[in-house]
Amino acid sequence: MSTSDLAPALAREEATDPFAIAGQPFTSRLVLGTGGLPSLEVLERVVRASGTQLVTVALRRVEAVPGGSMLEVLDRCGVRLLPNTAGCMTAREAVLAARLGREAFGTDWVKLEVIGDEVTLLPDAVELVDAAEQLVAEGFTVLPYTTDDPVLGRRLADVGCAAVMPLGSPIGSGLGIRNPHSIALLREAVDVPVVLDAGIGTASDAALAMELGCDAVLLASAVTRARDPERMALAMRQAVEGGRLAHGAGRIPRRWHAQASTAMQGRPELG
Amino acid sequence: MTVPLTVNGVPAEFPAGTTVATLVAERNGGHDRVAVARNSDVVPRSSWATTELSPGDRLEVLAPTAGG
Repeated sequence: MSTSDLAPALAREEATDPFAIAGQPFTSRLVLGTGGLPSLEVLERVVRASGTQLVTVALRRVEAVPGGSMLEVLDRCGVRLLPNTAGCMTAREAVLAARLGREAFGTDWVKLEVIGDEVTLLPDAVELVDAAEQLVAEGFTVLPYTTDDPVLGRRLADVGCAAVMPLGSPIGSGLGIRNPHSIALLREAVDVPVVLDAGIGTASDAALAMELGCDAVLLASAVTRARDPERMALAMRQAVEGGRLAHGAGRIPRRWHAQASTAMQGRPELG
Repeated sequence: MTVPLTVNGVPAEFPAGTTVATLVAERNGGHDRVAVARNSDVVPRSSWATTELSPGDRLEVLAPTAGG
């Protein structure tokens, strides 16, 4: 089936299964992190192949930032920017990083990261909720990177976060979703979108996230560090779409024993 | 008279009366859309021309880059 044959069915899906964060509609459920690509040219090809409409960006000291205008490329691709607070370890640092991101990028959306440990890069739950609460009060649209703890997810939603973004496994590990049950519970626990963020290694991980009920997937390393980033971006796009469709279609229950799909009635005697 | 301070963690001295706007023009590394923090507060672009550097200031001049 060619892509054009699929168009009417996919358009129907978009109409019947819309996705929005903070009232902003998206037709793509793939959020792309940009870190780790070799050039702006590859960045553009990856963004286009992924079909993403929301891309994370960062701020670093000017002397550490390579030349060339990444923002021009992203602007040309028509994507929305999601500044992050990567590397922050306290609520105080993260709040300042968010304010700086708003100043530089002209958006009040922020991917809030408050890391508690440089080995695992796991979120610091206490600092995270503190920072989220402050930023919501300042009018930010806050998308926090969090653990797969449903209770913490609910706390973040309760303080006004626009989405909750649980990890599948540690950032950059490619270990996939280590606790699918927690992700499914978290999805049930909050009314805001759940975006699986971190740990995706390959397409099946992204599909699983969507099958578990996540509203979107955020990934970076799985694409940017793949041998062929553009091809992996396309794989992720299709995996996210496939997983979402499967979630909506309703999977069959798991059974202990086999169940024939061909009727036994009318079976000929062939012995 | 000069003003001793740090820019992106490196000690520097600027003439008294230097503004954030002048600092950014000298130190933006060719990047537009930079953001400036001074002693852990944002200096909004609209205030760059009127904010003078003070002794001991810790300035961060930041540019957009890729990130996950």
